[in-house]
Amino acid sequence: MVHEWALAESIAMYVARVSKGRNVRRLVLSIGRLQSVDIEIFDFALKELLNEGNVVVDELKYLNEEILLKCRKCGFEWSPSLESLGSEVSECIHFIPEVIHSYITCPKCNSRDYDLLSGRGVKVVEVVLEEGGQ
Amino acid sequence: MDPRLLVISKRMEGVKAVVPAMSPKGGVGKTLIASSLALAFAERGRKVGLLDLDVTNASSHIVLGADLNESKPLEEKGVVPPLINGVKFMTICYYSGGNPLPLRGGDVDEAIKEVLATVIWSQLDLLLIDTPPGISDEVLDVVNYISEPRPLIVTTPSKLSIASIEKLLRVLSENGVKALGVVENMVVSEESAIKDLAGKYGVELIGRIPYDPFIEKSIGDVRILKSTSFFSKVSSLADKVLVKLGL
Repeated sequence: MVHEWALAESIAMYVARVSKGRNVRRLVLSIGRLQSVDIEIFDFALKELLNEGNVVVDELKYLNEEILLKCRKCGFEWSPSLESLGSEVSECIHFIPEVIHSYITCPKCNSRDYDLLSGRGVKVVEVVLEEGGQ
Repeated sequence: MDPRLLVISKRMEGVKAVVPAMSPKGGVGKTLIASSLALAFAERGRKVGLLDLDVTNASSHIVLGADLNESKPLEEKGVVPPLINGVKFMTICYYSGGNPLPLRGGDVDEAIKEVLATVIWSQLDLLLIDTPPGISDEVLDVVNYISEPRPLIVTTPSKLSIASIEKLLRVLSENGVKALGVVENMVVSEESAIKDLAGKYGVELIGRIPYDPFIEKSIGDVRILKSTSFFSKVSSLADKVLVKLGL
């Protein structure tokens, strides 16, 4: 089982913590494209871990989040294509998304000083508990 | 809260002691001491890990003589660091590919959380952490995210370094972190200033390592490193660390 398992573990622990034994009616996660998470594997791992923790989730939804970078030097915003970097580099970014700064510079001014505005990794968007708690 | 923070204690549950090498001043020998200590513990048959948290300028792999193209972490329900010269070794350089990695503080914090949440250390007697100079994200993240770290404060006899470690000792004290000890590196003469300062914060001066003019030539070759007087002193320090930690 791959790195996705470790990512799923954090989410499973978080959901267990906020649900406090209550059933979860809906769990919405955002998956940033930068980390190239294999959603099928992640989904399998998360369901296994939730099951192990006796956390019941009625509906589990994934939203894809596009990558958006903004240069701190010239203000340019862009969405890089990971495919153009090749699978080896994408794999590196998969493990630690911040290493994108090692491989991509601003297309306008060539700076590596840019912010990752969106699309980094896995985030919890919404946890809706039974009895209307959130 | 960031979900990754919840899993960090689980990743560290098999680690008996976490010892970060810290110093606000650069060039005092943190990387050499942390890496050499790791090698010394491995020589003693201890299960030891070394995490290079100098995110934007990692260099422990150079001291360990590691070929990062040959040795890569494995994926097994997370990231399993390879064993290099007997040391379970993790660095961001596996992924940055020898390229520059200039990062703002927020990105450094993100990278550290990712590493702490996904690296599987399993059972270790000690996990050494190499930190960069300064009292910034790396130091604060170790203090905030890791349970009961025992920092080893590294300084030279320079007044500039001594003034800096006092600030670090204060920050650690304010956060309830008990330093394991202070190590004086590149010693050229007997002075009491560092011992006195450490004592003021209830911390012991646990090592004095004389300046070794030959150390530079040993960097990158572990066999030569282990033959230096520097390594011999670090080995003595390793024994003292084990006693202090009750290991």
